[in-house]
Amino acid sequence: MSEQLLILTSSPHIFDGDTVDGIMRAVLVALIPSALAGLYFFGVHAAWLMLACMAAAVASEAAVQALRKKPITVRDGSALITGLLLALSLPPATPVGMGVLGSTVAIVLAKQLFGGLGTNPFNPALIGRAFLAAAFPVQLTTWNVLGGKLAQFGADALTSATPLKLWKMQHVTSSLGPLFFGNRLGSIGETSTLAILLGAAFLLARRVIDWRIPAAYLGTVALLSALLGQSPLFHLMAGGLMLGAFFMATDLVTSPVTRLGRWVFGIGAGLILVVIRLYGGLPEGVTYSILIMNGFTPLINRATTPRRFGEVKARA
Amino acid sequence: MKHLWEDLSRGLWRENPTFRIMIGMCPTLAVTTEAVNGVSMGLSAMFVLLCSSTLISALKPVIPNKARIPIYIVIISTFVTIVDYFLKAMFPAIHKVLGIFIPLIVVNCIILGRAEAFAGKNPPLRSALDAVGMGLGFTWALLVLGSIREILGNGTWFGLRVFAPGYVPWIVMILPPGGFLTLGLLLGGMNWLAEKLAFWSAQRVGERRLATAQAAAGEGCCRVPEV
Repeated sequence: MSEQLLILTSSPHIFDGDTVDGIMRAVLVALIPSALAGLYFFGVHAAWLMLACMAAAVASEAAVQALRKKPITVRDGSALITGLLLALSLPPATPVGMGVLGSTVAIVLAKQLFGGLGTNPFNPALIGRAFLAAAFPVQLTTWNVLGGKLAQFGADALTSATPLKLWKMQHVTSSLGPLFFGNRLGSIGETSTLAILLGAAFLLARRVIDWRIPAAYLGTVALLSALLGQSPLFHLMAGGLMLGAFFMATDLVTSPVTRLGRWVFGIGAGLILVVIRLYGGLPEGVTYSILIMNGFTPLINRATTPRRFGEVKARA
Repeated sequence: MKHLWEDLSRGLWRENPTFRIMIGMCPTLAVTTEAVNGVSMGLSAMFVLLCSSTLISALKPVIPNKARIPIYIVIISTFVTIVDYFLKAMFPAIHKVLGIFIPLIVVNCIILGRAEAFAGKNPPLRSALDAVGMGLGFTWALLVLGSIREILGNGTWFGLRVFAPGYVPWIVMILPPGGFLTLGLLLGGMNWLAEKLAFWSAQRVGERRLATAQAAAGEGCCRVPEV
């Protein structure tokens, strides 16, 4: 039995115990409250949709990795999260087949073709959603409830519009209670702000996600909507902003790595979102605000590279 | 004879204007929302290419080198006008769909590119064959793109229903992003296939060489006894 007395490694030497598997497991746990809320409010169909999306994501990841003769890494859970996040961002009555297609597009086109985990420039789940929104514009903007708690309210509660659509088309601002607890229409995972905040608190406490991106994103939206004469609380809780700010904008792969860069990223996404919501044709713009800032991430990283210790600032 | 076949086949695969050289991308992406539009665009471009390449090649001795580009453009635009009026008279529906992209054939890189790179240097017969090859290459590329986009994006092929009535078309495929997606995936597939073909042909060459070497060795004195 030989004991290794001298270990040679390159820097960094400090290992904080984070692993890909560990981070992914924490994110999955944090998504459980939102998934359960979706199941409670929208019924069994939502559960089938979530399961199908996750299965399709894992299967397509394994298939592409087998085709490319790469080690199959579906056990790290990243594909599972992509599938679940995609399902959570879809309307509750989306046909299962569409969810499967979106999941496959997310994994194959947005993730594996760019080299797999860690090298994809855009958030795969959001690409999957954007693809579905362009491919099936009718189904992705139809908000039917097939079962669950919301169906029990009867016909009156089954309004065919989400709070944001009501606000945009009929200038009705929904009351904040249902927005917070979740008995309102919307995508499966965005319905209950409370459930999202529970998961987010867990991730923040475990330091899996950095608080700067959600703070900058939500803060910008709140400030701007207040300045423009809107209800900041309504804009924070309506639509997919909470889900996007805590679970999609904070994606470690597609967001900046520097502290300053994360502020820039969040503020940029907030600006785009408010512009889309207030002046754009669409009622909601979380998907596109994050995807557009994903595109800027390499530039932000380069522009905000911190000075190394001892480095002298070059004279202009 | 062999180089005539070379001239004809160059555009079909090895130097396919769309998939290998990647020129003429603007009409490629814009008009391939349906298979029939792709074919119409391809055939129109092929007609212009064939006529202009042959004429340019024949007029080569009298075209002054310094003024060749404007002269090429005048010749090309003559034939584009013919195509434009022909389509307008005979196929008004297609003319309406292709719209601005018919007059824009004048500035299509494939046509001026072949005039500069081939017809201006080679005799008329070879130029004509080259033009037919390039035109067919462009046409089949547009046909493939248009077919994929029409089948997925509309559920039809040349207007005929392909899927059962329950099929929900992927509208994104007939929108601009669908064009880029299809083109990108096809290019990737083509590169993969070209690599495989090169590998297999190299393998065949190697096997043939090995066989001749073995046969030569067999005729000689020092044959290796089989074990």
